[in-house]
Amino acid sequence: MKPHVHFREIEGRSPGYYALLGFLGLLVLAGLVSALYMEIEGHWVTGMSNQVVWGTPHVFAVFLIVAASGALNVASIASVFGRLHYKPLAPLSGLLAIALLVGGLSVLVLDLGRPDRLIVAMTHYNFKSIFAWNIFLYTGFMAIVAAYLWTMMDRMGRPYGKPVGLLAFVWRLVLTTGTGSIFGWLVARQAYDAAIMAPMFIVFSFAYGLAIFLLVLLAAYRWTGRPLGDGLLRRLKNLLGIFAAASLYFVAIFHLTNLYAAEHAGVERFILLDGGVYTALFWGGQVLVGYLLPMAIVFSGLGRSRGWIATAAALVVIGGLAQMYVTIIGGQAYPLILFPGKEVSSSFFDGVVADYAPSLPEVLLGVGGIAIALLGVAVAVRVLRFLPEDLRDELVEAQAAAGGEGGSGTAGGERPGGAAPEAAAAPGSAG
Amino acid sequence: MSATDTSRRRFLTGAAAAAAGLAVAPGVFLMPLAQARRAGEPASSDVRWGLLVDTTRCSDGCDACVRACKEENGWEGVGRPRTDAQWIRKVKVRDPRTGHTQSLPLMCQHCKHPPCVDVCPTAASMKRADGIVLVDKHVCIGCRYCMMACPYKARSFIHEDVHDQRAHAPRGKGTVESCTLCVHRVDAGRVPACVEACAAEGGGALVFGDLKDPSSEISRRLAAHGAEEIRADLGLDTGVRYYGI
Ligand code: SF4
Ligand code: SF4
Repeated sequence: MKPHVHFREIEGRSPGYYALLGFLGLLVLAGLVSALYMEIEGHWVTGMSNQVVWGTPHVFAVFLIVAASGALNVASIASVFGRLHYKPLAPLSGLLAIALLVGGLSVLVLDLGRPDRLIVAMTHYNFKSIFAWNIFLYTGFMAIVAAYLWTMMDRMGRPYGKPVGLLAFVWRLVLTTGTGSIFGWLVARQAYDAAIMAPMFIVFSFAYGLAIFLLVLLAAYRWTGRPLGDGLLRRLKNLLGIFAAASLYFVAIFHLTNLYAAEHAGVERFILLDGGVYTALFWGGQVLVGYLLPMAIVFSGLGRSRGWIATAAALVVIGGLAQMYVTIIGGQAYPLILFPGKEVSSSFFDGVVADYAPSLPEVLLGVGGIAIALLGVAVAVRVLRFLPEDLRDELVEAQAAAGGEGGSGTAGGERPGGAAPEAAAAPGSAG
Repeated sequence: MSATDTSRRRFLTGAAAAAAGLAVAPGVFLMPLAQARRAGEPASSDVRWGLLVDTTRCSDGCDACVRACKEENGWEGVGRPRTDAQWIRKVKVRDPRTGHTQSLPLMCQHCKHPPCVDVCPTAASMKRADGIVLVDKHVCIGCRYCMMACPYKARSFIHEDVHDQRAHAPRGKGTVESCTLCVHRVDAGRVPACVEACAAEGGGALVFGDLKDPSSEISRRLAAHGAEEIRADLGLDTGVRYYGI
């Protein structure tokens, strides 16, 4: 029989699996309780204020939303760019995209002043608002990726794989542009007033999404004891290094062009030189931890070890959160320019750098969003066939050589033998 | 005031105006009562309400406008400056080259092209036909995007439960609010509380009126002496103008 990459649910009966569910469930609960607390007490119990109106929840929410569109890349590389080696990873890629988006949006909604009015947001639209557009972009993204998953996982859907995959790819580009534009639209804020914001967010999304994808892939295959080929990992970690480098490049361009614009000199100085925690997070967090260290790891001998690949991916995630913190909170902490060239002062903190420190409920809500995403993935791979049961390089190669056919075939009916051989091949390892 | 003007308009009446009337230049209290709005009648685009701030008459120590607004609209804080609302504030502006300082009140500038309205996802932020920018407290979801977008930091988010609300200025935890240009007074043919207080206790630095009516006090003052918009470079065409900055 010709070699096949086969998809199967994880067994999900081990104590480890239940412990994972329990742990993630607790984090979700903590996030929900925090949100409730903030809503009942009002936002004064957080670090947020009239100066810094978007706090840590937005850092996590925007990170997750940006990462969501990036997580879909693996699938797009396979279907849109014809890189068939990635095809067996496509279902997980789509699943992660939806899960991360749900996690991010949950945080965004729970941080509203009136989350109870979500229905208002669904029924009152201002079509001039990029926020309102994003509501459509996000729900549309979920629907399209769900359809895309169907084309991968169900026989009936397979003929539509190419066009739906292309649509999903285009949509994710628009979606990240929309997310980046939330900031690009804010002409009055010195830190955001740049057209490069949207493309820069797209490049960020590549790195963040792939980093999370790698972490989930490594964890899933290690915990289930399923084989995972080194060749596949090498491709993915090299890609991660390239995305980190591209992010660094865009960040450099962003700041260099801003330095040339005289009106941005103040905020540039603030982020790059004397912004205290924001400067430290920019250089130490975003640049060093987020770009340079991961690049050093994946492009050196260290990149041969799975532990180091996971470390590099985790560093990209940490650097990504630092980037969002600098962008979102640093951008607000720097005062609005009311009278260019003059000094202003008032009882409303005009002209001074706003102080902000994340509060526990905010952090718990943000982490809860990540937990929502991961819990969704953990449950989904248990009930549906998202994960190939064997990703040894020989199989992946053979399948790619055969034109990728079969790899996406996850329907149980595909192989006359039914489930029996699969069960035999499962050495009691699944999670 | 020309004869045709007075025929179209009437002098503002009421104790406050009578008390204040002695202190200020004539014209400041002239209010186009003919334009008072009846309940249910939509705001008219024949007018555009505006406010002129004569910074040469505004002094650093004075906060009559701020106190009046707090009293009128009930946004007295709870002693937490970071999160307490401020619909109007006094801002001190200093030129570092010369040391010259000025003081002026800053509030919602009632922009003709308001970024807050553009970005609001639910259209809770809206501009009336007469140019007054408001937040519909029943539709605001508290996303605070408008606060990110406003170049003047004119808006406040309500960070905790509020008490002692005024019937005409409803407030609610979790929503955003800002200067309403005392829309309840304007609709009743009166001037905003800050304008009244500035005339009575302050330097008479505030002139309220219809920017579209060339014969209004504010239009005549603008025509005679000009005035600036804060951050005019943003092209928002603000309804609040500053003389002497
Ligand atoms: S000053 Fe700010 S709140 Fe007022 S209309 Fe302009 S943008 Fe909106
Ligand atoms: S906080 Fe309210 S008024 Fe402001 S943008 Fe959001 S929904 Fe609109």
